[in-house]
Amino acid sequence: MQDDLAIRARGLRRSFGDLRAVDGIDLDVPRGMIFAILGPNGAGKTTLLRILATLTRADAGEARVMGHDLAAHPERVRAAIAMTGQFASLDEDLTGRENLVMLSRLWGFGWRAARGRADELLAAFDLSEAAKKQVKDYSGGMRRRLDIAASLIVSPGVLFLDEPTTGLDPSARAGVWRLIRGLAAEGVTILLTTQYLEEADQLAGRIAVIDHGRKIAEGTSRELKAQTGSGVLHVTPLDPGNREIALGLLGETAQADPEGGRISVPVADDAEAAAHLARLAQAHIRLAEFSLGAPSLDEVFFALTGREAA
Amino acid sequence: MSIPLPRGPRPAAPSPASTALTFAWRAVLKFRHVPEQLFDLVMTPIMFTLLFTFIFGGALAGSSTAYLQWFIPGILVQTTVFNTVYSGMGLSTDLSKGLFDRFRSLPIWSLAPFAGLMVGDMLRHSIAGAIILGIGLALGYSPEAGLSGILASFALLLAIGFGWGWIFIVLGLVVRTPMTVMTLGFAVLFPVTFASNIMVDPATMPGWLQAFVAVNPVSLMTTALRALMAGTATLREIGLALLGPAVLTLLLAPLTLVLYRRR
Repeated sequence: MQDDLAIRARGLRRSFGDLRAVDGIDLDVPRGMIFAILGPNGAGKTTLLRILATLTRADAGEARVMGHDLAAHPERVRAAIAMTGQFASLDEDLTGRENLVMLSRLWGFGWRAARGRADELLAAFDLSEAAKKQVKDYSGGMRRRLDIAASLIVSPGVLFLDEPTTGLDPSARAGVWRLIRGLAAEGVTILLTTQYLEEADQLAGRIAVIDHGRKIAEGTSRELKAQTGSGVLHVTPLDPGNREIALGLLGETAQADPEGGRISVPVADDAEAAAHLARLAQAHIRLAEFSLGAPSLDEVFFALTGREAA
Repeated sequence: MSIPLPRGPRPAAPSPASTALTFAWRAVLKFRHVPEQLFDLVMTPIMFTLLFTFIFGGALAGSSTAYLQWFIPGILVQTTVFNTVYSGMGLSTDLSKGLFDRFRSLPIWSLAPFAGLMVGDMLRHSIAGAIILGIGLALGYSPEAGLSGILASFALLLAIGFGWGWIFIVLGLVVRTPMTVMTLGFAVLFPVTFASNIMVDPATMPGWLQAFVAVNPVSLMTTALRALMAGTATLREIGLALLGPAVLTLLLAPLTLVLYRRR
């Protein structure tokens, strides 16, 4: 039933001159889910998001967002969504509080209610202390939080987040992740784009992998990992001098990390992994650590596209 | 982390008046936070007023005081027209920062953000005009029609600012960076304001230039403003002065909407 879907898109296309930014994408996003669109720079993620948020027109295809047809009723779609773009969409000259009051007013709140809503959001996003600072003096993480707060003046059915953590340091990124999980727990459907495989893996219930404007795979993180059909054995020799010997013993498919001295080798099952470990033990190569895991999404991306992720 | 999502019904969409008020508030806040922008707005006209009055004034009109009478209404028009460039730059900045995407995703009338810019512009034109007029009065300018002449003149200035503002709103939508908007703007505005009757009586210009000056909207606006300040304005003069802004609004407001929707 499409009513269970927050977003249902069929055959969306958009070109800019010769560039097919979005080249026939279908998407079903269930309500209440964190859905990630994963792809390298220039894959068409932002264009896809902007089409669904009514900010860019599609050349072809159709989509319903929260049950409203994108082409026929863009204003109803707009009323049901919120979008946080890649760059902080705020007035840098104004303070954080003034930005939120202005936007609350434009949503239809009276002055007093607008100020109340602004203060409530500032407190929830840990920005009360910076409320009276101009946004141009905010750090990247604060800006991002304010930007997301500005999208939550009224409850959106769907929140679009375009690369929500690009350019943030690890602790600011963790803060934004907590925020996104918190919103999903409140029942907000979240469609986010990311070029960080780890981010999609950590947050999303489902992931669509996009490359050159086309969807090349979709599924849960686990399903995508399963598509490469194998796991990976990671070993780190105790003595870095043994790395070359270990590489030779593990065969042609083994790859050494440029840093850290870790070697990764794809394996079909645990028996093959055990055989590799036995070979290293026979050659008296002691290991600092070893692990067997599903392939990382980086490796999945490589398997799907034949190239490195950006 | 708990996020306070409102559960109740959303507020009703704001009225156009309430939206305009909010945008006006934003413009006031910008003045408060970035008072330097006032400097940009009045620096050039103040310099022009002093240079022209004291250096060229005597040669052009016999005395500096006599020249002030001629020049002040003209420099008010020039200030207003020049300042419309800054609206275009402001728009270009908002667009590049993505702020307009946010405005566009709000349930407000799609021209409202532009109307909002205009409200801010009106404020800017009024403040810049008041500063220039204040300097003129201090130097000895005396409008014959007194306060009513000044008020009527400012009403005309706002109409001029409104009409010309559309040029730079369109430019702001088409051109990529605020700097380009400024460069393009002044490349057009300098010749158009100099080839007018703002600084000098066109009687000494070559014939072909006189022909241009006579139909230059800037000249028509300046003539009407002088007449309003002197209390001798005719309906025809005012009508001709308003023709330019009216035509610009009729052509460019719909174009703005088309360009905006196409983005």
